Amino acid sequence: MQDPIHGRVWVLGDDVDTDQIISGKYLTIIDPQELKKHVFEIALPEFAGRAKAGDLLIAGVNFGCGSSREHAPQAMRAIGVGAVVADSFARIFFRNAINLGLPTIEAPGVRALFEAGDPATIELKAGTVRNDRTGRSVAFPPLPSHLLDLLEAGGLVEKVKRELAAGRSAA
Amino acid sequence: MTGANGGGQTLAEKILARSSGLDRVVPGQIVEGRVDLAMMHEQGAQTVGPFHEMGADHVWDPERVVIAIDHWVPASTEGAAVLHRILRKFAQEQHLPHFYDVGNHGICHQILAEHGWVVPGDLAVGTDSHTNMLGAMGAVAAGIGPTEMAAVLALGRLWLKVPPTIRINVNGRFGKGVTAKDLVLRVLGEIRTTGATYKAVEFTGATIEGLSMPERFTICNMTTEMGAKCGMVAPDAKTSEYLEGIAKHAAHPLRADADARYERTVEIDVDGMPPMVACPYSPDNVRPLPDVVKEHVKVDQVFLGSCTNARIEDIRAGARILKGHKVAPNVRFIVSPASTSIYKQCLDEGLIDLFTDAGAVFTNSSCSACFGGNMGIIAPDEVCASSSNRNFPGRMGPKEGRIYLLSPEATVAAAVRGELADPREFL
Ligand code: SF4
Repeated sequence: MQDPIHGRVWVLGDDVDTDQIISGKYLTIIDPQELKKHVFEIALPEFAGRAKAGDLLIAGVNFGCGSSREHAPQAMRAIGVGAVVADSFARIFFRNAINLGLPTIEAPGVRALFEAGDPATIELKAGTVRNDRTGRSVAFPPLPSHLLDLLEAGGLVEKVKRELAAGRSAA
Repeated sequence: MTGANGGGQTLAEKILARSSGLDRVVPGQIVEGRVDLAMMHEQGAQTVGPFHEMGADHVWDPERVVIAIDHWVPASTEGAAVLHRILRKFAQEQHLPHFYDVGNHGICHQILAEHGWVVPGDLAVGTDSHTNMLGAMGAVAAGIGPTEMAAVLALGRLWLKVPPTIRINVNGRFGKGVTAKDLVLRVLGEIRTTGATYKAVEFTGATIEGLSMPERFTICNMTTEMGAKCGMVAPDAKTSEYLEGIAKHAAHPLRADADARYERTVEIDVDGMPPMVACPYSPDNVRPLPDVVKEHVKVDQVFLGSCTNARIEDIRAGARILKGHKVAPNVRFIVSPASTSIYKQCLDEGLIDLFTDAGAVFTNSSCSACFGGNMGIIAPDEVCASSSNRNFPGRMGPKEGRIYLLSPEATVAAAVRGELADPREFL
């Protein structure tokens, strides 16, 4: 896990639901490399073609609302999105994203600080997101150590794998 | 001083403190909760892959895992048959004894309720969004994704963000023909579909204390439509009575402190409240039923079923409306009890005869027409009156199909009239 995270931002609005992230017609695709071609097809059509690994997403309120599909954060992870920062998240998206190892940060007020293409710095442990063009920043309650560990491990599958292996060698 | 540092805690906070071994917790805090019960239905088939990828070799506690297949029972497609097969194989390999398979089946949430799998104070999780229903036991019960369930099966715990609680305080008496379903629809009309996102919803007040357990299941079930992480009712004598002789593990009944800090309280008075209806295409598009009845909404299909309203009490209530009438011409009326044991009760009480003689089709227990993936699918220009919980576009098949959500009584009234009708005219 990187900390701080630097990257160029893509900006999204409020209430971007999972249908706008990965449309329902792509739900039978299981391969994340295939899925990523369709990510944000409705909300931000140029994203899939132009986004680079390490790019960041900044969004408004209730990001990821709608269905519980795990495909949405999977597709973002396949692109190599460095982090998603939003004014607020819908419950299941937040869990699914963190569990897949995608840094997901709730920072109320963040959306208003950014324009598309701005460079940003996120300090996960310190709890700040800064717009490196304007110098303005917003603070957020740092992720608790438990979730930082989860991100550090690269997601829930990896984390549990390590815990189980450690338990076995200790036994 | 209450809240953050001392003083009162809500029911959800107390349960999460208990399950994470802490004295107290505050909203926003992330805790690691011990799971008292993990439930999987067909979607559980997707947990098997990550479970093995994690290197897990055994389920943490087979006595705390329930598998209940319900969406396609018996399997109606090859895909469903494969999901069932994956689950059966997994249950055999892992020695999971509590598999409610075809013949002993029912809607997963109803199975948990009627077999006493969730008790007061529990933290229960399931691979279905309506796991919230079990909060009626005075528990925290929430839906989770398949990858997360894999970790729960391996470790018996999961991380949770302590939710703030919205309190719905309900007073007054229901009029004749007005039900708990009408109440929860009215609440949805106020809270809306995102109003409780990431939050707990706790129902309190004299009206709630007067509700039976089945009625409490109905209202907690639909907190999912409010976006809530969980919905709950504090346990009381009715809860203990319901669980008497069936509880699968020890209860830890907890109640909110008198000075608990709620994010907000919504006051509802049901005196004089008419029956309600949620119109297409959202469960929060709620209107008084008599207003909609005036518009003469013709129905093509009627569904009395789902985890929200297909318990024996619901089917009996429907039977009282139906008695002495026939299903209207050109209406298909589907009745699907929520479990096999409810099916048998209907058989014993002569209810299957009553419904089929009136022209309904009385099916085996399953999710049935609720989700548009198995049976009871409607055509694009058709209308269904339903006792279920969702009416989003595409819920019963085509995205144009129109679904009206109603109480069981109002559902049956629509079957008799052939259009939306006020059930009070039948009482
Ligand atoms: S009855 Fe409907 S809402 Fe309930 S579990 Fe089945 S599909 Fe889901």
